[in-house]
Amino acid sequence: MTAYIVRRLFATLPVMAVVALFVFFLLRFAPGDPAAIIAGDDATAESIAAVRAKLGLDRPVVEQFLLWLWGLMQGDMGVSIFSNLPVTRLIAQRLEPTVALTLSTLFVALALAIPAGVLAAWKARKLVDRIVMGFAVLGFAMPVFVLAYILVYIFAVLPMRTDWWPLPGLPVQGYRPIAEGLWPFVESLILPSVALGITYMALIARITRASMLEVLQQDYIRTANAKGLATDRVLLLHALKNAAVPIVTVIGIGIALLISGVVITETVFNIPGLGRLTVDAVLKRDYPIVQGLILVFAAAKVLVNLLIDISYAFLDPRIRY
Amino acid sequence: MVAIADDLPLPPRRFSLGTAIRRNPTIAFGGILLLLLLTVAIFGPSFVGDPLKIAPVNRLRPPSERWWFGTDQFGRDLFTRTVYGSRVSLIVGLSVAAFSSLLGLALGLACGYFRRVDGIVMRIMDGLMAIPSILLAIALITLTRPSLFIVIVAIVIPEVPRIVRVVRAVVLSIRSQPYIESAIAGGTRNAKLLWRHVLPNTLAPLIVQSTYVCASAMLVEAGLSFLGAGVPPEVPSWGNIIAQGRTFFQIAPWSILIPGGFLALTVLAVNLLGDGLRDRLDPRLARRL
Repeated sequence: MTAYIVRRLFATLPVMAVVALFVFFLLRFAPGDPAAIIAGDDATAESIAAVRAKLGLDRPVVEQFLLWLWGLMQGDMGVSIFSNLPVTRLIAQRLEPTVALTLSTLFVALALAIPAGVLAAWKARKLVDRIVMGFAVLGFAMPVFVLAYILVYIFAVLPMRTDWWPLPGLPVQGYRPIAEGLWPFVESLILPSVALGITYMALIARITRASMLEVLQQDYIRTANAKGLATDRVLLLHALKNAAVPIVTVIGIGIALLISGVVITETVFNIPGLGRLTVDAVLKRDYPIVQGLILVFAAAKVLVNLLIDISYAFLDPRIRY
Repeated sequence: MVAIADDLPLPPRRFSLGTAIRRNPTIAFGGILLLLLLTVAIFGPSFVGDPLKIAPVNRLRPPSERWWFGTDQFGRDLFTRTVYGSRVSLIVGLSVAAFSSLLGLALGLACGYFRRVDGIVMRIMDGLMAIPSILLAIALITLTRPSLFIVIVAIVIPEVPRIVRVVRAVVLSIRSQPYIESAIAGGTRNAKLLWRHVLPNTLAPLIVQSTYVCASAMLVEAGLSFLGAGVPPEVPSWGNIIAQGRTFFQIAPWSILIPGGFLALTVLAVNLLGDGLRDRLDPRLARRL
């Protein structure tokens, strides 16, 4: 077991190395003159030279790379071009809202999608199944920001502008840290989590149904039913546990969807997290921040996939790579 | 694991449109919807006015007989802009699907067939796949001037690894088949072997995967344009129409909900086409999902 975990841990190193090389060489080999573009349209020759010096582009590539790598290993991701603040500090400041949003989305999505998928598989080809699958197909096509604005309309615009609308209003702007109280914190995350989670839910519900359908055909399920076990015991203990590996795999694959969606969701709901930081950095063309964020997001994704690889060994003791 | 019978060609059947639609309702529905949208994208702009014409007197009008989809804060007609926007979505979707399929096919064949290439290329692909696609596109866009071409390139790069993995997996399973081994033993050249025996087997999964790439590319483009990092604002796209509608969403919700609805509908059509094709062309994959 330990050997397996250590092996998986080492396998993440080349992946992160490729990510680091990619962001490093993207700046060096981008078409045109990145320094001129970063400096802006009305830049003078001096300001372009200043940006170039700041990015270290005026030094030999090998030297740049070694310096950059050395800094990175000490947790130094460079400084922002505009604010001159260290990128690591900027990222640390914005970490909490994004982590809270991602975890609550994960919770909402799993709590809704897995039961829905199990139900759909149990009642395959019945009405419930068709409804769940219909939602899954629609949810998969729904852009995050479109759904976000539909939710804003239902839970903020209509309750405020009409008096006949029955649903209560919910906050659609900003983020309340958990330090300000549990309910304001939870309330501020409800709509963003649903908007962000919809594609993810669709994906998980589909794979749960497919995986469950396959397992429910097995002989041991027929045996369990024949010996008179309660349906919920058969579904949850016998079937779901054996259907878990593909579901867990897709939970991992979907993390990329969540991260991409975070950038958009935080923009719609004005949440001051890493996603907003990304957008602000792109609009100001602050490449060191973008570069740092890519490294952090890629590391998060690699870490989640590592945890999932490890969980296989627990879910299915036969798996040993 | 690998059933050879699955690879035998089906007997030729007389074609009838009615039966075809009845047999594959999802392909038919998605395909017809997509054809309609393509028609709008190709011919629509010649029948509507100027998408950039501003008329402050008519700002923020709700949908009506005169302005079918209402107007935005500059008095621009949203119907006209939505029609033009369909062009960007479809151009991006189709060209990303085409470019990343070609690139992915070439790399996937090389990786699956020439084992020495495999290690290096797949490590690079793993690395690229660790970067969420919208962020990878954002990084490239930060360093270049915005244009439709750059947006397409920026979306192709993160989509290529997905195609490579699919093609490579097929090639690896084909390579160990007896007919390939006998062809190698018979002295068939690599190029002919790849072209005649390996390539045809990869086409069905490649087509299925490229429809999903097309759908995802349209979503990423709209997302980028929504964030202000996509096509330049003077080119109307569904994403930047929605972005410009944000400020006045409370009083003019149509400026977001209508183009957003079209985006969702288009992605739905492509996804349904993909699901239908998968069930039809790739029954082994269909059974897994």
